[in-house]
Amino acid sequence: MSNSSIRIQENDFDLSAEIAALRKGDPRVGAVVSFLGAVRDMNDGSQVKGMTLEYYPGMTEKALQEILDQAKARWDIYQTLVIHRVGPLLPEDQIVLVAVTSAHRGEAFSACEFIMDYLKTAAPFWKKEDTPEGARWVDARVTDEAAMARWKKT
Amino acid sequence: MKLELRFFASLREALGVSQESITIPATVKTIAELRAHLIERGNPWSEVLAEGKVLRCALNQHMVDANTALQDGAEVAFFPPVTGG
Repeated sequence: MSNSSIRIQENDFDLSAEIAALRKGDPRVGAVVSFLGAVRDMNDGSQVKGMTLEYYPGMTEKALQEILDQAKARWDIYQTLVIHRVGPLLPEDQIVLVAVTSAHRGEAFSACEFIMDYLKTAAPFWKKEDTPEGARWVDARVTDEAAMARWKKT
Repeated sequence: MKLELRFFASLREALGVSQESITIPATVKTIAELRAHLIERGNPWSEVLAEGKVLRCALNQHMVDANTALQDGAEVAFFPPVTGG
């Protein structure tokens, strides 16, 4: 059993329930690594009162599937899960969950970080922040490109 | 050639358009040429799609570079660098 699951949704999710479901029925799993992203109340020196996440229905799912397929081809992992929320969010809200299972921790740690770094630069999501100075689209970070580039095989 | 254009995030807002069906002249063969063709419409297109503005482009929902050839009936999307996660 080796599957990948992608969900883009407005609703919140239960981290514990998602992890439990991910590895349920697979006694090969000895390691689960997850990354949880949350909304901060500060960005680029401004207070963030909330944000709205937009995506490209159809393409976003495909882009995420390609990222998960690449991770599976590169590391010996079993299940992969990406949940990304869209729509209006508030500080402290959960935005994204990436979870990976494997027999041992090393593969799962690497794959989880790889998926997250690629998601940041290749999956079509855009954040618009609500700040005291008004609403603004978040600019992409150069550091995100660098984080992805280090996974490129030489 | 007929194309289905899509615009997202800050581009969608600045252009006031999220989706548009367009017929382009035969001289427009690549993503870069399509961008130049749209710039010829004048403001706000010339400003939003101006050379030097960092944009991403997708052809049939796959990220591509500016030299990629267009295909009849394709869905072509323009958007800013992504900021999810």
